[in-house]
Amino acid sequence: MKKNNHPTKTNPLNVKELIEKGKKTRKVSQKLEKIIPFILLSITAVSVLTTLGIILTLLTETIHFFNIIPIWDFLTGTVLKPLNKVPEYGVLPLISGTVISSVIAMIVAAPIGLMTAIYLSEYASEKVSLVVKPILEVLAGIPSIVYGFFAFTFVTPLLREFIPGLEAANILSPGIVMGIMIIPMIASLSEDAMSSVPDIMREGALALGSTKLEVTKRVVIPAALSGIIASFVLGISRALGETMIVTIASGSTKNFSFDVTQSMQTMTAYIVEVTSGDAASGSTIYYSLYAVAMILFIFTLLMNVIARYVSRKFREEY
Amino acid sequence: MSTLTAKRLNIETKLSDDLSKGLRPVEKVKKMIYETNQLHIWYGETHAIKGIDLPVYEKEVVAIIGPSGCGKSTYLKTLNRMVELVPDVRISGKVAYNGKSIFDESYDVEELRLRVGMVFQKPNPFPKSIYENVAYGPRIHGIRNKGVLDEIVEQSLRKAYIWDEVKDRLDTSAYSLSGGQQQRLCIARCLAIEPEVILMDEPTSALDPKSTFKIEELIRELKETYSIIIVTHNMQQAARISDKTAFFLDGELIEYNETNNIFNNPSDSRTEDYILGRFG
Repeated sequence: MKKNNHPTKTNPLNVKELIEKGKKTRKVSQKLEKIIPFILLSITAVSVLTTLGIILTLLTETIHFFNIIPIWDFLTGTVLKPLNKVPEYGVLPLISGTVISSVIAMIVAAPIGLMTAIYLSEYASEKVSLVVKPILEVLAGIPSIVYGFFAFTFVTPLLREFIPGLEAANILSPGIVMGIMIIPMIASLSEDAMSSVPDIMREGALALGSTKLEVTKRVVIPAALSGIIASFVLGISRALGETMIVTIASGSTKNFSFDVTQSMQTMTAYIVEVTSGDAASGSTIYYSLYAVAMILFIFTLLMNVIARYVSRKFREEY
Repeated sequence: MSTLTAKRLNIETKLSDDLSKGLRPVEKVKKMIYETNQLHIWYGETHAIKGIDLPVYEKEVVAIIGPSGCGKSTYLKTLNRMVELVPDVRISGKVAYNGKSIFDESYDVEELRLRVGMVFQKPNPFPKSIYENVAYGPRIHGIRNKGVLDEIVEQSLRKAYIWDEVKDRLDTSAYSLSGGQQQRLCIARCLAIEPEVILMDEPTSALDPKSTFKIEELIRELKETYSIIIVTHNMQQAARISDKTAFFLDGELIEYNETNNIFNNPSDSRTEDYILGRFG
């Protein structure tokens, strides 16, 4: 037996002996194994504690603000004039600006992103997707300040050719550009969801005489719906939190209005404006930042909760 | 072709000669539904099918046997043109369905697949309810009336012998069914558009013996109404359910004959070796 196990006669290989030798180093790694969970836990705690810290700060400062300005006045007020002699803090103008710009962005991004995903996942040849996907990634990698410039110096002048009443600073143009920015995200997440639908399902549908479009509409999209909706919701929360584009291209008019040709301010742009001004620490306007940030946080949190719920609810098991 | 015995050549050439002369074969009055002439298929550089001639007659069960990679599944997928989904596939030769060449540009592939159903190796119900799975085919082909659909769904599920097991839970997901039930559901889905031919690609290879038995029973039942071409690696299965058997090896058709002859009196030594389990 021993002879047969040797690879060569001059260099006998004895696995059992080698394992015996290695036991010492193995003991060290076994001991290490006992403390590794604690090390990893403390590293994980960094992000968890940071989140908690941020929420706590937001909460205390927000509560402070509501001691000065009643919460009801803040939430239902349609006038935001923090620099007036008698300042007014109504958050509705900011909420309308934020929601309107996000809606415009989704009107642009949802259909284009979904169509792109359908093309890439169902129709495009491998060669085409090898070219298109990197381009989409480049689009996703452009810093948002560049998009802001693009909105202000290119899209707004272009839109003014068609919409005469469009102001130089308006919510329409940054909304559209935000949509363009979100397209790659929706496209790639939806494409992932659609490509992970097993091919045997497409084959089953094709074998029943479906056209490709029927397969896509009736089998692939329903099967990938949870992923697609999750990508939409993530797109919305990205739009809600987007800052640079609206700050640059939408001005700082704090009007409570629904006219997209006018300048509007979003919550994010308000925070930029106030922090880059001279809001003295402890002043009312300083505390208003936290209240606005809190509302924004609740919005995006809500979106994340919806995304989770939706992807669980619509999950088609396969 | 040189390896074929006189006996097999007789049957084949006699039939095709008779048909080409427009004469009725004396013994067989059955209509030829599929005609394959000199079919070659390449996947990239791989020559998967090497010049196959194979006639299929209506209301017969034809079993295609052979070792893995012999081209039997490829051949089956050619019959409803599913093979075209493989990138880099090249096809030459002729396959005619009911006398019309299916590779003609004017041939409507959706129409072909409406007439020629397919059951796959792995049960592949859609992630929808049992009802929606069966109603899918009729729906895409324009049937919208709820009452008609209900009727089709029930009939198809009955024909596939699964109605009693699912009638109380038509709205539950198809994935709540066992593998064997899923496969019978897929057969019901295929029957719902009333095809003329059913192609089956190793339909029982992923199933347990009991489910396999049920599917075989079902196939015996279905051949009264449909023509069935079934690929199987299970030779007992071929012997049990088929009228004719084709033995494929390395992309060639070695022998095609009545199933009885293939199993009791094979004319090619390779067929004999394969069915006796000497290789494959």
